[in-house]
Amino acid sequence: MTSATVDPARLPRSRTLDASEVLELERTWADRPGLIGWLASVDHKHIGRRFIVTSMIFFVLGGLLAASMRTQLAKPENDLIGPDLYNQIFTMHGSTMMFLFAVPVMQAVAIYFVPLLVGARNIAFPRMAAFSYWIFVLGGIFLFTGFALNIGPDVGWFAYVPLSGPQYSPGKRADWWAQLITFTEVSALLASICIICTVLKLRAPGMTLTRIPLFAWASFVTAFMILFAMPAVMLASTMLIMDRLVGTHFFNPADGGDALLWQHLFWFFGHPEVYIIFIPALGMLSSVIAPFARRPIYGYPAMVLSLIATAFLGFALWVHHMFATNVAELGKSFFTAASMTIAIPTAVQIFCWIATLWTGKLNFRTPLLFALGFFFILVLGGLTGVMLASVALDTQIHDTYFVVAHLHYVLIGGGVFPLFAAFYYWFPKMTGRMLSETLGKWNFWLFFIGFNVAFFPMHILGLEGMPRRVYTYPADMGWGTLNLVSTLGAVTIALSVLVFIINVIASLRGGAVAGDNPWGAGTLEWATTSPPPNCNFVDVPVVHGREPLWEPVRDPQYVAGLATQPREVLLTSVVDALPDHRLVFPEPTIWPFVSSLAVTALFVGSIFNPWAVVWGAIPIAIAVTAWFWPTEEETRKSLAVEKSP
Amino acid sequence: MNAAVVSRSRRRPRRVASNDPSAIEVAELPSYGFGDHSLMWWGTWGIILIEGTVFALAIATYFYLRTRVINWPPSLDFPGPLWGTINLAIVLASAIPNQWAKRAGERQDLAGCRQWTWVLLAFAIATLIVRIFEFKSLNCRWDTNAYGSIVWMLLGLHTLHLVTDAYDTAVLGVLLITGPLEGKRFGDVAENALYWNFVILAWIPIYLVIYIAPRVI
Repeated sequence: MTSATVDPARLPRSRTLDASEVLELERTWADRPGLIGWLASVDHKHIGRRFIVTSMIFFVLGGLLAASMRTQLAKPENDLIGPDLYNQIFTMHGSTMMFLFAVPVMQAVAIYFVPLLVGARNIAFPRMAAFSYWIFVLGGIFLFTGFALNIGPDVGWFAYVPLSGPQYSPGKRADWWAQLITFTEVSALLASICIICTVLKLRAPGMTLTRIPLFAWASFVTAFMILFAMPAVMLASTMLIMDRLVGTHFFNPADGGDALLWQHLFWFFGHPEVYIIFIPALGMLSSVIAPFARRPIYGYPAMVLSLIATAFLGFALWVHHMFATNVAELGKSFFTAASMTIAIPTAVQIFCWIATLWTGKLNFRTPLLFALGFFFILVLGGLTGVMLASVALDTQIHDTYFVVAHLHYVLIGGGVFPLFAAFYYWFPKMTGRMLSETLGKWNFWLFFIGFNVAFFPMHILGLEGMPRRVYTYPADMGWGTLNLVSTLGAVTIALSVLVFIINVIASLRGGAVAGDNPWGAGTLEWATTSPPPNCNFVDVPVVHGREPLWEPVRDPQYVAGLATQPREVLLTSVVDALPDHRLVFPEPTIWPFVSSLAVTALFVGSIFNPWAVVWGAIPIAIAVTAWFWPTEEETRKSLAVEKSP
Repeated sequence: MNAAVVSRSRRRPRRVASNDPSAIEVAELPSYGFGDHSLMWWGTWGIILIEGTVFALAIATYFYLRTRVINWPPSLDFPGPLWGTINLAIVLASAIPNQWAKRAGERQDLAGCRQWTWVLLAFAIATLIVRIFEFKSLNCRWDTNAYGSIVWMLLGLHTLHLVTDAYDTAVLGVLLITGPLEGKRFGDVAENALYWNFVILAWIPIYLVIYIAPRVI
């Protein structure tokens, strides 16, 4: 799988280049050999693959934390886990799943597939994409190191003040949470810029705005949401850590601060966050449903407009997390209306998919099963969402297990099921091997049944009044049976994930060879080999429709005249994707990795001494300058192909 | 640097006959561009959107905290406007060398790029020096009360942008003198100017909020 060396015997064939030229092209786009070369990679496929694997490791760790909570709750008055550790575990679970799994994995898939979907040779700003990965993985290591040292955060994944403030949370645990936010948000923001610029400027000629594949559209819209949402939580967590470390009073009512300010800033990020997870998943579903219904998605313009409408509405919902506070009643009515309105664009998409499936010829393979599982679970989660949008009902069941059930139906139904559909669908492209269908069906059914067994009883427990985030409950409340059922469901989910891991390992070793386009799909990633060559496309394609591989062959078919050396890409115009100019892309470099270490030193140091922000900036400045500074060699290569506009 | 013509032997491995309908020939397209042609221009706008959102939310926080107390600033003197107003004048004046740096970049005039980038850096350093006195004239500390916290944060956020862009400009200024240079660097000069325009424009609302708002709300 590594492409540090190029095997001349296994080069893809080209229609514009002879074998020696293809070899040179592939060597130009290859990583450098060795460990340094591995750390220096700026290939979006390698960054994306590492990102996916790392975020899945965090998914498993977050799942193990969930399993430990379910074990504790399996019977009343259990003393397996004490309250202090339980607080850390549910905070770690929520923070890991939201900040280290759900958002990053969606961006990870985008980093891998958006350039392939739009016919580009790499992602825009590949060094920044590499930095985004390194800062993410260091943030995750930072969080779990804290947990291992008994300074894991214990204030819930949304860290409400005053609980998380200096008075009620002395020690370093809440600081650890606040800095985790900084790590992950820096990573997400930078990756978003890479994705936006890739979609705007690196599309293959002919891929006009109305021909962009729906997953690329979804990733693009999501990246914009991240640009506007994530700054809110970064600002809030910075205020929190300053309240804790340097004595500011943002959230201190005694000195003019305000606790609800935290909730406003947090949920101004936190609600869009749900859609930041959900919208890429919608794009994945569209990618999967078209080939498995064997027809293009019905209502493409409605689909795209729905994605954009969802993104806008997603910013008008945040107060519905605050119905139990003293926000003005009129304001609550507005947010109720907005919360119900957002069901409309989602419904438009669901009806478009139903129309697609209805009129298609279905191919019931594992990716489609996960897509159909999405419909069932998300609709249930959506219905409880409409219920919770009502202030009267929400006030009753706020902070109960009903909310836990709702959010898992939405996030697992709306995020994880589409993600698994995407894994089964795109795994052959990433590895050249098919995942096993038999294990895939086991994976699906265990997950689907286990999920409903684990989470459906929580609706009832919530209505019966069981509060969330309690480490145990008395026997005479009568919640024991449903909790035990829920725990058995959690075990089933764990088995399902184990089957998935076995499937991945077994298929990597001995799975059926995939070929370029095993599903007969229509988008550009299937036009290249599986796994793709270093340069993605030996012949950069020209696009004439929404599903280029399902279109009759039309001239022009490909781009000619890009250099085999240096790394040259074609930029196209934003709307019509007309060829605009050539651009030499950056070579691999170790500096994004070094910069991420320097940034980590600053973030960690600042928890212990505010002056670390000043001294820590010096190594960052040095590393980032070295990253930017062009070498003589790079400049010489660029000049060889330079042409002034 | 445009005149530099190095061996092109490895450049175009195969030229398609101009009448070959199956291919689009792109070898003669330019190898860099300005404004919305340029990838870096879009990337710079991405950064501007992120940081503009941070500024907007910090300003929203200021007005939110205003609603929590009766007097504003709460039992403190107004911030002294002298140094802030001087800085407003310097920052607004820096738009002129900034625009000339941008034009020099777009004209691909290396001498002009060098000259105006360094003049711009001088302006940036001047604002940073005045900024020190600004912090002293706020008449509060960050830990006095929530008003002090948000005022220091607003001024601190803008200062952070001044520092990073001054450093950016300095690195670019040195590179323009020492090399290695290529045509793309003209685009970097133009995009550095775009970002500096953002730092200028951001200062206007923050100035109004810090110095004028407490006197009128």
